[in-house]
Amino acid sequence: MSYPNELKYTKEHEWIKIEGNNATIGITKFAIEQLGDIVFLDLPKVGSSFKAGGNFGTIESVKTVSDLFMPVTCKVTEVNQSAIDSPESLSVDAYAKGWLIKVEIENVPADLLSAHEYENYVVGGN
Amino acid sequence: MSYLNKTTSHAVVLEEPLLFERSHEGAYGFGLPELDVPKINSEKYFGNYSRQKKARLPELSESEVVRHFTRLSTWNYAIDLGIYPLGSCTMKHNPRLNEEVARSADICELHPYDPIQWSQAHLQIMYELQEDLKEITGLKAVSLQPSAGAQGEFAGLLLISAYHRSKGKNRKTIITADTSHGTNPASAALAGFNIVQVQTGVDGYVTLESVQAVLNDDVAGMMLTNPNTLGLFEKNIEQIAKLLHEKDALLYIDGANMNAVLGISRPGDFGADVIHFNLHKTFTTPHGGGGPGSGPIAVSEKLVPFLPVPLIEKKNSEFVLNYNSPKSIGRVKAFYGNFGMFIRAWCYIKALGAHGLRQVSENAILNANYIKSQLKEVLNIPVKGDHLHEIIFNDLNQKENGLETSKLAKALIDYGMHPPTVYFPLCVKNALMVEPTETESIEELDRFINSVKEIIDNNDSSTIYPKRTFREKVDEAKAARELNLKFKFNE
Repeated sequence: MSYPNELKYTKEHEWIKIEGNNATIGITKFAIEQLGDIVFLDLPKVGSSFKAGGNFGTIESVKTVSDLFMPVTCKVTEVNQSAIDSPESLSVDAYAKGWLIKVEIENVPADLLSAHEYENYVVGGN
Repeated sequence: MSYLNKTTSHAVVLEEPLLFERSHEGAYGFGLPELDVPKINSEKYFGNYSRQKKARLPELSESEVVRHFTRLSTWNYAIDLGIYPLGSCTMKHNPRLNEEVARSADICELHPYDPIQWSQAHLQIMYELQEDLKEITGLKAVSLQPSAGAQGEFAGLLLISAYHRSKGKNRKTIITADTSHGTNPASAALAGFNIVQVQTGVDGYVTLESVQAVLNDDVAGMMLTNPNTLGLFEKNIEQIAKLLHEKDALLYIDGANMNAVLGISRPGDFGADVIHFNLHKTFTTPHGGGGPGSGPIAVSEKLVPFLPVPLIEKKNSEFVLNYNSPKSIGRVKAFYGNFGMFIRAWCYIKALGAHGLRQVSENAILNANYIKSQLKEVLNIPVKGDHLHEIIFNDLNQKENGLETSKLAKALIDYGMHPPTVYFPLCVKNALMVEPTETESIEELDRFINSVKEIIDNNDSSTIYPKRTFREKVDEAKAARELNLKFKFNE
């Protein structure tokens, strides 16, 4: 399974692509495979603010409903409407078309994982 | 002959369109008499809300409607057809004696507005049920009002909130565990609390340390399902209760799994302050489509003043409804709760008696452990330990053969059995949660066990289950994504 090197990761299986003050956030291929067919996404409104670790939405699959956790302290600037309209697109292209939200970063916590660290974490059975 | 052919065969099952599609103009099943009162102008009373066009209701005769629903019912599955091992749901046989009693005219033709002196026998049944539930839990008082488990949780949390407010405190946090029922955090949120969840240890038990780590003066209480959703009895429960009480936080027990501990362990004895029952699980009132549910709560001394009104009490030899309880949280249900369920639960308790109830739990535990012993070689048991009334497997050692949890569950449908609970509890990856209950015979348990083994032996990656049912495997993802609940007329 691939974990692009240019991204950072969380133990809750979000990925984040940081570009200056802005970032794009989604969930990892690993998480999507664990969830199975995704049927519903609940994402925040543009303009809402979150602390790192805060719950910013839910993702529902045929198996379960999971919370989504914010990797950084930020304000939401854009929401991927096409992911909401067709959540199956996440499993096709988790790291590009399957992004969930774009944000303006206020603070980046020190504990984000590198691709290598995240891969070790999921291989470890979590 | 394979188990598959022994267990199921093809019978005639009739296709059935929607009532709207069956409708034909002029058909009816019930005629109204001529209007013998003055006709009113509804627009005068209801303005814009008055209907302008005739409602397009389906038009059918009585026999057509009866056949419609009977045909649909033949596509379904029920506890009266076979084993229903849905973990955490306690799908046990509903004794026919309960039904006989509940349907007697003396009981079911009562109106809640009937004068109290006409309803003495009914109040006596409710009073005796309260007394029995008190004894079963070792707690001080019972309210029968909540109409289901989740409403019992909600009512219990309102009591906890009222208790703290009566002391001038506004505590806002409830601790839950990852082995609790999902309704626990949901009810706490609905009752206005913030939720902190503790993770169980690798052995499946909530640890003292994890509770200690989140316990502070804002904690109103902790909700624990015991036995938990791994089928394990929380071995630290007494110390957890003590820890909570030292901070004046209360212990809520989700009693959905009471079927494992009747006559063996009493929540009041290990420090519970409030517990809800699911009469429809433990005490054989019908559920799973046959409801309604019933979720009485039992409470410790501390919470008695806040119980919902009316309280059903015995004054001398008379049964009364007491509304005079100034600190009460008020009503949580119209009238007195789901009365029909009280009759069935009362009848079940009286028929079995104390020893019989203990035997219920012992046999429920025995049945689950029989399944565990027969399937542990072929299915992985992710959390080891002394399982009680339910056993949690997962697909760890079958997944590489392409037999994941959902496939095994769907395959069981072909064998004429309801699948176990799947993908719950969430703390177990791809869980398959089997609760056979005490009312299955060893022959039926063997039928289940042999079916699982045959599915594993015959597994090939190309088979899609179920294939012998009237509707073959449905696309669950498509159904969820493109919900279509509305009939569109062909204009």
